[in-house]
Amino acid sequence: MEKTWNNKAWFLVLPVLVLVASSAVIPLMTVVNYSVQDTFGNNVFFWAGTEWFEELLSSDRFWEAMVRNLIFSFIILIIEVPLGIFIALNMPKKGWGVPVCLVLMALPLLIPWNVVGTIWQVFGRNDIGLLGYYVNALGIDYNYVQDPIDAWVTVIIMDVWHWTSLVVLLCYAGLVSIPDAFYQAAKIDGASRWAVFRYIQLPKMQRVLLIAVLLRFMDSFMIYTEPFVVTGGGPGNSTTFLSIDLVKTALGQFDLGPAAAMSLVYFLIILLLSWVFYTVMTNYDAER
Amino acid sequence: MARIDVNHIRHSYLPNPQKDSDFALKEVHHTFEDGGAYALLGPSGCGKTTLLNIISGLLHPSHGQLLFNGKDVTRLSTQERNIAQVFQFPVIYDTMTVYDNLAFPLRNRGVPEADVDRKVRETLEMIDLASWANRKARGLTADQKQKISLGRGLVRSDVNAILFDEPLTVIDPHMKWVLRSQLKQLHRRFGYTMVYVTHDQTEALTFADRVVVMYDGEIVQIGTPAELFERPRHTFVGYFIGSPGMNVMPVAIDGRTATIGSQRIELPGVPKTVGANAGAGSIELGIRPEYVRLGRDGMAVKVSKVEDVGRHKVVRASLEGREIAAVIGEDDTVPADPKVRFDPAGINIYADSWRVEMGA
Repeated sequence: MEKTWNNKAWFLVLPVLVLVASSAVIPLMTVVNYSVQDTFGNNVFFWAGTEWFEELLSSDRFWEAMVRNLIFSFIILIIEVPLGIFIALNMPKKGWGVPVCLVLMALPLLIPWNVVGTIWQVFGRNDIGLLGYYVNALGIDYNYVQDPIDAWVTVIIMDVWHWTSLVVLLCYAGLVSIPDAFYQAAKIDGASRWAVFRYIQLPKMQRVLLIAVLLRFMDSFMIYTEPFVVTGGGPGNSTTFLSIDLVKTALGQFDLGPAAAMSLVYFLIILLLSWVFYTVMTNYDAER
Repeated sequence: MARIDVNHIRHSYLPNPQKDSDFALKEVHHTFEDGGAYALLGPSGCGKTTLLNIISGLLHPSHGQLLFNGKDVTRLSTQERNIAQVFQFPVIYDTMTVYDNLAFPLRNRGVPEADVDRKVRETLEMIDLASWANRKARGLTADQKQKISLGRGLVRSDVNAILFDEPLTVIDPHMKWVLRSQLKQLHRRFGYTMVYVTHDQTEALTFADRVVVMYDGEIVQIGTPAELFERPRHTFVGYFIGSPGMNVMPVAIDGRTATIGSQRIELPGVPKTVGANAGAGSIELGIRPEYVRLGRDGMAVKVSKVEDVGRHKVVRASLEGREIAAVIGEDDTVPADPKVRFDPAGINIYADSWRVEMGA
């Protein structure tokens, strides 16, 4: 029997196409447009070919920002994931403590990112900030405005404060889904606390942990607002991550060509990561 | 293996139990003999799982004492009691292989690897999973997983008892039968003390030598399947065991005669203790449908329904306005003017729901 094709359905997805086109495709094409041309304003463009890309990929500035970004992601993952697991393991499983803990945990996630930045910007100041003032009063020389190490420490602590909750909530969701019988069986089998974690809790959390790690990696790789508000990428370029560098190039120096080239490279990296994320997740599900 | 004495144990999940109804387990006093196969049978919420968890040490009773071979273990932890328990839903460590799953309880106890290997291989043979040893436990079927749970108990040669908490709930019907007979076989070969919790009477009656029927936090009767059937000690046992359950109807007793409405029934003996207050509303006569004879003589009944259940028929009828059931043969027919007689061998008399003995 011949299959009937009904093309009317296309009209139904048309609004979405228009929306996506105007919000994503058209701006993206503008960026592509900029990335292969040079302009001095007045809508005068000169063909530049791959010049901006070559310049970008051979510039130390780009690679330094990239390395800084990777180091940043690595550090926050290595802190946030174990810390998140630890907190989730120690959260109450029933009673009045559950809602209290959940709300406390969710609070940092609800605060707008620039507010988080502002909070820590003030908190860390050594003249009026609670943290900065008392750390200095303890005799530790702490000044995130001048010392790159202090700036890094501040940005990392801020990120840990802001985002560990996400890992906690995901792990907690994984933990509460474990039936009591597993813990009872483990008791009967004489399992130690570590064995319970290693063979029951960790395997049951595996999936949510994977999500947590990938989400946190992608998020931290794209981080902009918070370090920008706190340090503005400084001192020097010490906390200039990829996105901050991009904004500096595009809006600070108004180098639209190089900035467009950088956006595209950045976009491709994120696209690649998303693909890895997707593949890993679907493979993982298929294996189950 | 051990004898387990449950010594006047009471348990409440509330912090300050006052009334009797605060207790999930009102008072249980019973001995599980060494090497016996027991079933704890009762409806949901009757306290059977509570009792099981008290024996395994997952719960500590509010009152009373638990003895293993005469030794007080009431305050000991689950590990120290050396108990195996199989749960309703199969518990397996799904990142491990089948082999490692069975080795887990031994390795946790620091058993030398050579002994672990020997015991695990033995156990794999016993539960019929030898060819699966190196498979990841994750992909197995529910009945295989349940066998692994059981195997983790069997692998420890010194377990005091093996407890089962409705272990066949998630198993396919045809595998239920297979697993149950394998359990029985294991019991016969190795003489484990086994306690099996279930709400399924068929499971209980086929598995156990002695069935412990629980109701509302109490043991109402302990007996062999035949005893439970013939002489239910409590009307609840009558209802709960048998299909359909026992017919129970209020009667007035006078000597050897029971009266239901206008009908008089000869009893096989004189009920003791009820003679004095005969006629009180709390006196009941219980008779299983298998002992109700449908024929042309006896008490007139109105038949309302005949259910053909395969091997026999169940006749639903009303006698003096009370619903009763009778079982007749598959080929028997209901006569035009049906009457019933009660076979004296099947008559039990209950006062306040508890069975009273009958004298000569």
